[in-house]
Amino acid sequence: MNRQESSVPGLYIHIPFCKRRCGYCDFYSVTDTRLITGFLDALFKEIDKYREEFREFDTVYIGGGTPSLLSLDQIEALLDKIRHAFTVPSDAEITIEVNPADWGINDLNKARDMGINRISIGVQSFNEEELVFLGRRHNSGQAMRTIQDAHDASFGNIGIDLIYGLPGRTFQQWQDSLMKAMALEPAHLSCYELELKPRTPLGLKCEKGEFPLRTEDAGRDFFMRTSEILEESGYIHYEISNFTRGMDKASRHNQKYWDHTPYLGLGPSAHSFKGQRRWWNHESLHDYISDLLEGSLLPAGSSEELTGEQLRLEALFLGLRTRKGIDLVQYQRRYGYDLMKEKGQVLKELSRTGLVEIECGCIRPTRAGMAIADSLALL
Amino acid sequence: MDEIRNFSIIAHIDHGKSTLADRLILRTGVCDARTYKDQMLDTMDIERERGITIKSQAISLPYQARDGKSYSLNLIDTPGHVDFSYEVSRSLASCEGVLLLIDAAQGVQAQTLANLYLALEHDLVIIPVINKIDLPSADVERVIEEIETELGLDPGTHLECSAKEGTGIDEILEAIVERIPQPKGDPKEPLAALIFDAQYDSFRGTVIFCRVFDGTLSAGDTIRFMFNDSQYRVEEVGHFRLTRERREQLCAGEVGYIIAGVKTVSSVGIGDTITLLERPCGKPLPGFKEVKPVVFASIYPIASDDYEAVAEAVEKYKLNDAAFVYEKDSSAALGQGFRCGFLGLLHLDIVQERLEREYDLSIILSVPSVRYRFTLKDGTVLSVDNPVHYPNPMTIAASEEPYIRASMMMPDKYLGSVMSLCIEKRGVNSNLHYTSPGRAELTFEMPLAEVIFDFYDRFKSMTQGYGSFDYDLIDYRASNLVLLDILVNGEKVDALSQIVHRDRARARGVLACDRLKDEIPRQMYKIAIQGAIGGEIISRSTISAFRKDVTAKCYGGDITRKRKLLEKQKKGKKRMKMIGSVSIPQSAFLAVLKSDTD
Repeated sequence: MNRQESSVPGLYIHIPFCKRRCGYCDFYSVTDTRLITGFLDALFKEIDKYREEFREFDTVYIGGGTPSLLSLDQIEALLDKIRHAFTVPSDAEITIEVNPADWGINDLNKARDMGINRISIGVQSFNEEELVFLGRRHNSGQAMRTIQDAHDASFGNIGIDLIYGLPGRTFQQWQDSLMKAMALEPAHLSCYELELKPRTPLGLKCEKGEFPLRTEDAGRDFFMRTSEILEESGYIHYEISNFTRGMDKASRHNQKYWDHTPYLGLGPSAHSFKGQRRWWNHESLHDYISDLLEGSLLPAGSSEELTGEQLRLEALFLGLRTRKGIDLVQYQRRYGYDLMKEKGQVLKELSRTGLVEIECGCIRPTRAGMAIADSLALL
Repeated sequence: MDEIRNFSIIAHIDHGKSTLADRLILRTGVCDARTYKDQMLDTMDIERERGITIKSQAISLPYQARDGKSYSLNLIDTPGHVDFSYEVSRSLASCEGVLLLIDAAQGVQAQTLANLYLALEHDLVIIPVINKIDLPSADVERVIEEIETELGLDPGTHLECSAKEGTGIDEILEAIVERIPQPKGDPKEPLAALIFDAQYDSFRGTVIFCRVFDGTLSAGDTIRFMFNDSQYRVEEVGHFRLTRERREQLCAGEVGYIIAGVKTVSSVGIGDTITLLERPCGKPLPGFKEVKPVVFASIYPIASDDYEAVAEAVEKYKLNDAAFVYEKDSSAALGQGFRCGFLGLLHLDIVQERLEREYDLSIILSVPSVRYRFTLKDGTVLSVDNPVHYPNPMTIAASEEPYIRASMMMPDKYLGSVMSLCIEKRGVNSNLHYTSPGRAELTFEMPLAEVIFDFYDRFKSMTQGYGSFDYDLIDYRASNLVLLDILVNGEKVDALSQIVHRDRARARGVLACDRLKDEIPRQMYKIAIQGAIGGEIISRSTISAFRKDVTAKCYGGDITRKRKLLEKQKKGKKRMKMIGSVSIPQSAFLAVLKSDTD
C-alpha cells in the first residue's frame, strides 16, 4: 500500500481534570486538582519522549477534562515546552477548550497573546434546566458572557459545543438554545446528540429506566432539522456533528482524525496514530505520573497495527462522516480498493435513494446519508 | 450363538437413551470412563446438541452374566426422526429385542408409542425400563399404570433404573440375557447379512455395518450386494467396541462391520442383503427400499469466491451420506451452486449445518421444493424439482405432484385440530381407527409439498408432543400448479421462487412477503418485496429504511473503539447474501415456507 505522509501531524494534549464530573461524559478526568503540578511534570517528560518520532505539528489541541482549570502561567509554560520540543509554525491552529465562567476577558487576552487562536467553549445548552440535568457548573448567562469576552478578545475562531436530544425535551426547546447560540455569532458550532454511555451517571439512570431512550425517528428529526436550520443560516454542515461559517474555520485538528493524518495524543487516555499504528495511554493519572516520573516509561496502555482492510474500513466510515466525502481515485491509490468496481451497485442505489451524491469522482453523504453514516460504511 | 444378544434402546427424546447407553458401556467395562469420554468427543456435535441420533452406532458389550456364561450384547443405536425412519427400521430388523425407555417423571410420550409400534412390527421382545427414578418428580406408579393402559404391555415385566446414578443397570443387563432371545440362523447356510448402516472412513473407504442372519463371512471372501448387484472382495471383518476390532470371521447371529474396498457410501444400499458370490442365498432379506431424496434445494456460497470450497465440501460430505445427492446448478441471483436432494427438512438442516461447521463455510440454501411432474403438449414428461426449470405455462398439458399417505397416532382429544390441519394441507381420503381407548390412528393422503414444510412442527405442537407421524410416498396426482416468483426491489430472486397449488398461490405469496419482511433486516433504503405469478403482482410488503444510526462523536482520536464496533457489524453482514443491492440472510430462504403459527 502506498501511504504518503504528506500532511503534517497534529498534537492533542489531554488535561485530565474537572471540578466535577458531568453526568453524560465518559472522557477520563479526575477532580483532585492538587495533582495538576505532578501531571504537568509528567506531561513535559512525555513530550520529550516523542521529540525524535514527531518533529512538527501544525495543529495543537488542548482538550480534556477542563484545560481552563490550569492557570494561564501553566498553559504558557506548556505551549513554550511544546514549541521548544517541536516545530510549530506560526500559522498553526492552536485550540483550547474553555469552560464558561472559568475565564474572564483578561485570561482570554492572555491566551490570545500566547498564540492560541481558536477557543472551543463547552456551553452545552442555554437552558438552565438542561444545564442542571447535564451536571454543568455554569449557567447560560455565564456562557453568553464568555462568548462575548472571546469576541472582545478578538478571537476570530470561536467554537461552541451544544448537546441536543435530552430526555423529554422538545425540538422547540432545543431550537431556542440553537437560536441563542447563533445570535452570538460563533464561527464554529458542534451539535452533539446526547449519547447515554454505559458507566456514566446518566447512562446508569437510563438503564434503570428513569428516563426513556430517544426513538430512532426523534433522533432523525432532531438531526435533520438542526442541519436544515443551521445551513439556512449560513453554516456548512461539514461533519456529522460540526458546522462552520466557512471552511477556513473548520477544525483543522479534527480533520486529521478523519483522514488518517498522523497525530500524537499526550496525557492519560490520549490516543495517537501514525503510519499504520494506533496506540493509546492508559486511563490512570496516578500510573501516568509514576510511569513517567519514576520509571521514565511511556504510559502506554495498548496499541494495534492496522491491517489494510482495517485502514480501508476506517477511511470509509471516517470519510463518510464528512461532507467532503471520499475521493474515489485517492481512496483506491491509498487503500488499494476500487469502491466503484466492488460496490457500484450499492452505491448506485444509495445515490438513487438520496443518501449519497456521486460526482466529480467523490462520494459524499447527503444530510440523510450522514444520519446513517455508520450503515453507509458497511455498504 | 447362544451367547449373543442383539438389542436396541428406543425412547422418546430426552428420556435418557444415550445416558443409559453410556452406562451400559461403562458397566460392561469396554473401557474406563475417561477413555470413553475422549472417544465420545469425536462424535458429531450436532447430535449431542440436538439430542438426536443421526447416524446409527453399534457396539458389542462383553458381559459375564449371573449364569456364569460370557455374553456378547450388541447394542445398536438408532436415529430418531421421521426423515430417517427407514434407517431405524433396518436397525430394528437387526435386533431380537429392545429396551423401551420411559422417563419416570414424564411417563409415556408420543415417541415412546411410535417406537413401540416399530418394534412390534419387527416382532421384537420388549423390555420396558423406567428411567430417572432418582428424580424428585418421578412417579413410578403412574408410569407402571401407563405401561399397561397406554402401551398394552405386561406391567410386571418392567425394570427400574437411574442411568444417571447407575442404579438398576445390572438388572437390565440380566434381563437382556434372560428375556431377549438368542439370534436364530445357521452358520452353515449360505450367507445372508443385512446392511443397516454404512459410514465413510478416510483411510479404509466405506465401513459397512451389518447383521449376519445366516452363514459365515471372512476376509478374502467375495461378497455380492443383492439389490445393487455389485461385488467386492472382503478385506476385513470385525466387531464394534469403541473402535473397530478385527476378527477372523462374522457368523450367523452376529453384528459387525465389513471393509471391502467400497469407495463411497453411495455404493452401499441400506437394507441391502450381502451374500457370497460363490454360494449365494436363495432370496434377499425382506424390507429393502431404495432411499430417494424427496426435498430439493440449491446450495450457494455466500461469497462467490467460495464456490470451489463448497464444491470440495459437498463432494467430501457426500462420501458419508448416501441419502444426499447433488449436481451442479446456477442461479441468476445467486450464481454458481449445487442442486441437492434430501430425505426431508431435518436432513436438509443437518447437511447445511455440517457443511458450515465441518468445512467452515457460509452457505445459502434456496427455497426447498419437492419433485413435480409436467406433461407437455408435445408429450414430453418433465420432472422438475427446481422452480427455475418450471416450464413455459403455455406448453403444459398436465401437472402432477407427489402424494403421501400420512399416518398419525395421538390421544383422541387432539383429533379435531389435527384433522383441520390435514384438510388445510389439502389432505383427502382420511381414515380413523382407535388403537386403544383414547388413542387414535389417523391416516390422510396429502400432497408431499404440504407436509414437508411446516406440517411436522405444527402437528407436534398441536399434539403437545404426544402425536407421532410417519409417511410413505404413494403416487403422483394431477394438480393445478403455478410458479410463484418473489421480487426484491423489482428484481426477481429465482432462489426464492416456489411451485405452488393455484388455490394456495395467493395465500403463499402473502405469507412469503410477510415472512421476508420479518427476516430481512432493515437496510439503508426501503425494500419492496413482491410476490408475482406470471406478470401479475399478487402480494407485497415493504421494509422501511434505517433513518438514523450514527453516533455523534468520534472523539479524542479514539477511532479504534468505533472501528471495532463496525467490524463486528460487518461480520454479521457477511453472513448475508447480497442480491442486487439488498442483503438477504440465510434464514429468509427457509422462512418463506413457514406459516405464522410456528
